[in-house]
Formats: sequence, C-alpha cells, structure tokens
Amino acid sequence: MMSALEIKELAISRGGRPLFQGLNLNLGAGQACALTGRNGSGKTSLLRAIAGLLSVDTGEIAFGGQDSDQARRTEIHLVGHADGLKSGQTARDELAFWTRWTGGNPSSMDSAIDRLDIRRLLDLEIRRLSAGQKRRLALARLLAAPRTLWLLDEPLSPLDSVWRTRFGEMMGDHLRSGGMIVAAIHDPLPIPAQVLEINP
Amino acid sequence: MSLAWELLKRETALAWGRGGGPLVSAGFYLGVATLLPLAAGPEPARLAAVAPGVAWVTLALATLLGLDRLFERDYEDGALDLLTLSPLPLEFVCALKCLGQWLATGLPLALAAPITEIALGGSPALAPLVLISAMIGGLAFAFAGGIGAALSLGARRGGLLTAVIVLPLFTPPVIFGGGALDAFASGLPWGAGFVLLCAYATAAIALGPLAMAAACRNALS
Repeated sequence: MMSALEIKELAISRGGRPLFQGLNLNLGAGQACALTGRNGSGKTSLLRAIAGLLSVDTGEIAFGGQDSDQARRTEIHLVGHADGLKSGQTARDELAFWTRWTGGNPSSMDSAIDRLDIRRLLDLEIRRLSAGQKRRLALARLLAAPRTLWLLDEPLSPLDSVWRTRFGEMMGDHLRSGGMIVAAIHDPLPIPAQVLEINP
Repeated sequence: MSLAWELLKRETALAWGRGGGPLVSAGFYLGVATLLPLAAGPEPARLAAVAPGVAWVTLALATLLGLDRLFERDYEDGALDLLTLSPLPLEFVCALKCLGQWLATGLPLALAAPITEIALGGSPALAPLVLISAMIGGLAFAFAGGIGAALSLGARRGGLLTAVIVLPLFTPPVIFGGGALDAFASGLPWGAGFVLLCAYATAAIALGPLAMAAACRNALS
C-alpha cells in the first residue's frame, strides 16, 4: 500500500506557458490536501501530473518508495471534470466495468451503491442522469475498488448540500483507513486538509 | 486476462453502437450493390470484372465509418484517463479497442463481402477467398486505422483528419487483397498478394498499438 506522496520542486507548463514552478507537497497516510487557486492556475494539471497523464518540466513525484508506474496503475483513483461515463450505457454496466477495471469486486460495488444511494438509478442510461447523479456514480467508483490515493477535481461542484456532507463522511472514512486525498477545489473541503494554493 | 476480456466485450458493444453491427454492414453493401450498376452500367461482364475490387474498396470505406470515434469519445468523456490508470499497458488497451472495432464492424463487413461480390455477378468460386481476405484485411484496416484515429485526437474536424491519415495506410492492403482476388479470378498465382496482405495485417497488429498508445499519451498530456 502506498504510504506517502512526495512532490519536490515541480514545474509544469502547458502550451509553452509556465503554470507553476518549485511546487512541493508531502502527504502521508491519512492526510488530505486541498489545491486552491484561480481558474487556469494549474490545479487540474497537477492532479494529472500526479496521475502520470501529464509530463512535468522539472521536479519529482514519488509514491513512498513504490514504483511510480505500479502505483499509478493500482493505487490511484482519478475523478476528473469528465466522469468517464458513456451516455448510451446503463449506470449498472458502467459501474460494474469500472469496478472490475480498478480492482474491485461485486461485494464492494454493492456496498458503494448503497452508500451513494444509486440503486434506483442502475437501470437508467447515463444520458438520463442529472449532473449530480452522474457525479455520485463516478464517486461510487472510489468506494467500489479500494485504492490509496484519491485525486479529485472539484468533486463537490455538482452535488447538493446533503451529498456534500455525505461525501465528506466518505472522505473521512478513507483517510481513517490510511488513504490519501488530493482535491482541486473552489469550495472548502468538508474534511481537515492542508491547503496548497497554486499561483503562477 | 479477465480484465482484457471485460474491455474487449465493452469495446465491441460500444463499437456496435457507434456504427457497427450486421445491419449497418449489410446496408452499406446493399447501397453499393444497388448504386454500382446505376453508375457503371448493368452489363454482367463488366460488373463481374469489378465486383471483387468493389467489395474491397467498400470494406475500406465502411471501416472509416466509426473509426474517428474509436478514441475521440473516450478522450472527451474522460474514459481514456481511466483506461490509462489500469494494470494493463496502454498499448494492450489500444489493441483491444481495435479488436473490438473489428469484431463489431470489420467482421460483419467481411461476412457481407462475398454476398456482395456474388450479387454483382462475381464468381461463387471466388467467395471463400473474398471472405478470408476481407477478414484479414479488416484487421489491417482496424489496426492501421487506429493509428489515424489516435493521431487525430483533440483536433478540430478530427474525422476528416483521420480519413486523410488513414487512407494512405489503407492503400497497401487494398492493393494486396484486390490483387490476390484479381489473380485468382484470372487463374493466375494469387498466393503472393495474399501473403503480403497477411504480412501487412501482422505488422499493423504488432506495431499499430505502439503508435496508438504514444499518440494517446501525447494527446492526454
């Protein structure tokens, strides 16, 4: 299990424009980090760089001594702006596929369905779901397959106040079980977290 | 392996939904079989002469139908990010996506190819070779076409760009496959063209996923 996330002197550019440089972050088991900053400051880019989807200019991203490729393949969940859901598929098919893809099983999927209260949505096509329902379905992936590091890009934005509170409880449970969370946010996270403000 | 099987099932179903399936294939060939006599004239001898080649060109063009969306939808809806964060190498994921595309589109088209060839007056004796070469050629089209689909990720008018990139890659299998069929129909040795078609398909299957994965990584970053 991944024990830490260590980022040292990281610099990232997009389209030839430097987003940030000299960024450092140390996160241990059970800790969360809230990335704040203006639109376009590089919060999403940092999340994608941690996930290995974006190359960095300089600096280092380490996962507590674990091989980076292995960690990214087996220990990281990413919930981005786009939910990765296919409009013509049913919610059940989508959740089942992504659960298996990320190493979960039917039992953990069933538990996630109950916690996110999406059982009545399972037979609906994705195109029939509201933005909040789609986000709950995407968040169910986090619970359906246990992975240590959650990378969340504005996870709360489509959720109502009730579900913001409930997802806060789920994030708290994840931290208590030794997990880590890095979340790009504009609204405050409902859990204790160190704040990293990204400025150009 | 079960993970690969799950992805193959999903990709086949998605490809079916974005332009694959036997009805689309049959409809495409039916359109060609109906329009060709109107354009080229109804003389049986003339139609029979061009039937194998027409079946091949139709196969190539029909493959383009859903090709531009092979990676584009995954790229747009974020699924490509999630597919990358998996225990399977991205190269293998790309190969499975192409295989799913072939199962949903290429295979039904290949099955319809000999019917079209006979409907246009071609020799029934040619039908088995039309079927086998269309199956192998379809694989080559899917894997070579996947390169174009991946390279055009994120581009405006990506479908047009995919066609521009892909059509040159489709030229060798059309030449080899069509040549083998022509040679067979003329009673000449046809093995060389067929072997070259198989070699091209093998190269596309072996090398295509490497190029596709590199193009996908580049688009994601």
